[in-house]
Amino acid sequence: MARLIRTEKEVEGNFEEVWLVVEEDPLQQWPAGPLDVVGRPAVRKDARERVRGEARFTADIRLPGMLHAAVLRSPYAHARVKSIDLAPALGLPGVHGAVGPSEAPGLEHEAGYSGAPVAAVAAETFGQARAALDAIAIEWELLDAVLDPEEAVERGAVHGEAERYERGDFDRAVAEADVVVEGTYRTQVVLHNSMETHQSVCEWVDDRLDIYTSTQYVWGVRNEVARELGLAPDRVRVVCEYMGGGFGSKNSAGEYTFAAAELARRTGRPVRCALTRREENTAAGNRNATIQKLTAAASSDGTIVALGGEFVNALGWGGWSASTEGPLKILYACDNVRTVRHTAKINTPPMKAFRAPGFVEGTFGLECLIDQLARALDLDPLELRRKNYASSNDGTPFSSKNLRECYERAQKHWDRRDEVHARSDATWKRGVGMASQIWYGGGGPPSYAWTRVGSDGSIAVVTAMQDIGTGTRTAMAQIAAEEFGVPLERVEVTVGDTSRGPYATLSAGSSTTPSMGPAVRAAAADAKRQVLEIAAQRYDLEQRVLDIRNGRIVSADGNLSVALDEFLAILGNAQILGKGARGPNPTGMSVLTFGVHVVEAAVDVETGEVRVERVAAIHDVGRIINPLGAESQVEGGVIQGIGHTLSEARLMDQETGRILTTTLDAYRMPTIADVPEIVCEFIDEPDEHLTNLGSKGLGEPPIVPIAAAIANAIRDATGADVHELPISREEMLRALREAKERRGAPAAV
Amino acid sequence: MPELRLTVNGADHRLDAPIGTSLAHVLREELGLIGTKIACNEGHCGACTVQVDGAPVLSCITLAHAVDGDVTTIEGLRDHPLVEAFVRADAVQCGFCTPGQVVSAAALVAATPEPTTEEIRHAMAGNICRCGTYPKIEEAILHWRD
Ligand code: FES
Ligand code: FES
Repeated sequence: MARLIRTEKEVEGNFEEVWLVVEEDPLQQWPAGPLDVVGRPAVRKDARERVRGEARFTADIRLPGMLHAAVLRSPYAHARVKSIDLAPALGLPGVHGAVGPSEAPGLEHEAGYSGAPVAAVAAETFGQARAALDAIAIEWELLDAVLDPEEAVERGAVHGEAERYERGDFDRAVAEADVVVEGTYRTQVVLHNSMETHQSVCEWVDDRLDIYTSTQYVWGVRNEVARELGLAPDRVRVVCEYMGGGFGSKNSAGEYTFAAAELARRTGRPVRCALTRREENTAAGNRNATIQKLTAAASSDGTIVALGGEFVNALGWGGWSASTEGPLKILYACDNVRTVRHTAKINTPPMKAFRAPGFVEGTFGLECLIDQLARALDLDPLELRRKNYASSNDGTPFSSKNLRECYERAQKHWDRRDEVHARSDATWKRGVGMASQIWYGGGGPPSYAWTRVGSDGSIAVVTAMQDIGTGTRTAMAQIAAEEFGVPLERVEVTVGDTSRGPYATLSAGSSTTPSMGPAVRAAAADAKRQVLEIAAQRYDLEQRVLDIRNGRIVSADGNLSVALDEFLAILGNAQILGKGARGPNPTGMSVLTFGVHVVEAAVDVETGEVRVERVAAIHDVGRIINPLGAESQVEGGVIQGIGHTLSEARLMDQETGRILTTTLDAYRMPTIADVPEIVCEFIDEPDEHLTNLGSKGLGEPPIVPIAAAIANAIRDATGADVHELPISREEMLRALREAKERRGAPAAV
Repeated sequence: MPELRLTVNGADHRLDAPIGTSLAHVLREELGLIGTKIACNEGHCGACTVQVDGAPVLSCITLAHAVDGDVTTIEGLRDHPLVEAFVRADAVQCGFCTPGQVVSAAALVAATPEPTTEEIRHAMAGNICRCGTYPKIEEAILHWRD
């Protein structure tokens, strides 16, 4: 039965009080551990078509008569369009339409950053469209630009009030503490750089708008476009069958979708608008830079008595301010905490969510500081973390937490320190570092799935979610197969089309599996119940003695055993339709994911080169559905995190606000040659309070602790404290010099 | 327009294309071979890798008219054992870089049937995977004939 509840909803660490219609979730959880299908490694359902290049991405959509759009962008960090004349562009060969500022959502007169979209042109070819941009006559009025986040905060150029939080008496606890450590940490702007750039193809079919788009949230795009264009939501159909990566940057419609929709309306032709790689590096969103001034205080026995932080999120022109202070507030048991977070509004490209926004940045600062504290206390960093274990989230119980078990499993990796140190030589110093991970990932309602069983014995799961490369299609098939009692091959999953399935949540915030999985299981259970109802009538048995196991309908006494597909022939053209919904999250509980990384790193003390040699990643995300896909998620997160830590930085000209790193040779992402040995372990313990599955999300947790674990390994190897990401050679050499000075030796140049 | 002759996956094509058209563009837009992906269009990522006479080439920065040799795209490698090796190893997440990875890997194993880890890393370093499937790619190539 549907029920109306008032609850807190979490997306990407953001909480909102909302009314939610939820359905009951009467299914009992399965026992822990690997089952017949769930918990066993499964090859991706859609691996073959992706590997063979048959999967049709948005980038591959070609509609008859389709035009190509190019976007005119501001060359200035802050300026206003005084006048614009699109007519010269419209007269050029191949050009069919143009749209100017305020004529489509996202195209604006005021450009708040270099690269802000202003106008767009549609032509027969992309080359013609781009050439036509040069013909647009535009006059700019230059406005004052603020590019420095600290200056922005001082001048009051901020997004909203500062966020303040306090528990206990921070000042007093610091004053009375035996040991106090402080540090300022800075994290840089990094870019998602999904391999498929942001793009959409829009086509009007009568008064219906079809949008093919590379998105993490087909329903979100549908609703946003309908709202902005004043259409009934079901007049907008959003399709995303295969998607070339998002990492948080593709949760909304974007100017490229609105420009394509408007140009399609004006020209009467389908229009494709795809960002180039250079636009992707400029205007497609980013993880914002942060500045973190942190304090930790402890008594001499290692009890953390106070934690404090003053944070600046350097947000750019748009986006939202993520909880950089989050880890500091909730990772450790600490009675006295004070944080303040300022959100600078500077004239740089807008922030978009990027894989655990806020917590990635905040964990770097906090977990580096905790290691500094361990050194000041002369305590083992792992011991210090264990000692300050939080058994509740400031009074709210955890739905499940196995971080202690993660620490247990980390021990054997941590114990390799002597052996690792022994491999150091005169130039290459080796060390081991660790960091803990805390993040959300519980998902939530609503999300729905349908199942359809036909006389051929096949089981279709239909839900309008998207698989952005995380393997959710496969995980859903495993869940349905397990519940139904059939082998994995018998289940097909259809996703990615708002007009062909019920609502499903966004693929962000590590929420797809924990949100969708329980709905899929419920839908499979619903269909299975109906099959057994029919079987009971057919064989004149009580339904409760019947079950489906390994593709056969069997009775408890063993007298009946009939292949499911044979039995289902009885259906003829009849179909069995099941439906399922995601039930509510446990009330009064904090649903979080946990983990530990132990990193072995080597530092060349002469050149400042840093190499990550080994990463042990231990994660507690509830039940694991597909251990193979889960391992891939962890490796992917770790590798992306290594990029964030060592090589990636979006650079900007501090005078003009222009982005300097617009190509993939300037913006340096990890290659196969940069990958260390990665050891991946899961606690794999279902969260007994969370849904009929007990699974949490895994997309984000693996990227959270890696930077701090690397920095701590560097400290272990060299005694140097790095304070900035990326840990460039410059930053590494600075930290080495500082460490030398601290030891009293004269600093070598 | 100047005539363009290409042999792609064993089939001969004659088409018209302006001078300056990239091979990637011709493959995708003229021949409908969409397995070749374009992710940067300026030679920095490897997504568009095809083979010309067996050697890996970045088709986005290769002029179609300058191609001198037989072109093999992912469509011509669909039955290569590497495909199953990638599938088995889970060497694919979003899959946008993957066809290019397979084409590069196929060139590697043709020249070096039993590549070492070092050789794999050297040959594959030009193929970026933002999803980070690298460990699985390495595994797939190490065990491509299993
Ligand atoms: S698309 Fe050709 S190298 Fe990137
Ligand atoms: S699988 Fe997504 S970029 Fe390689």
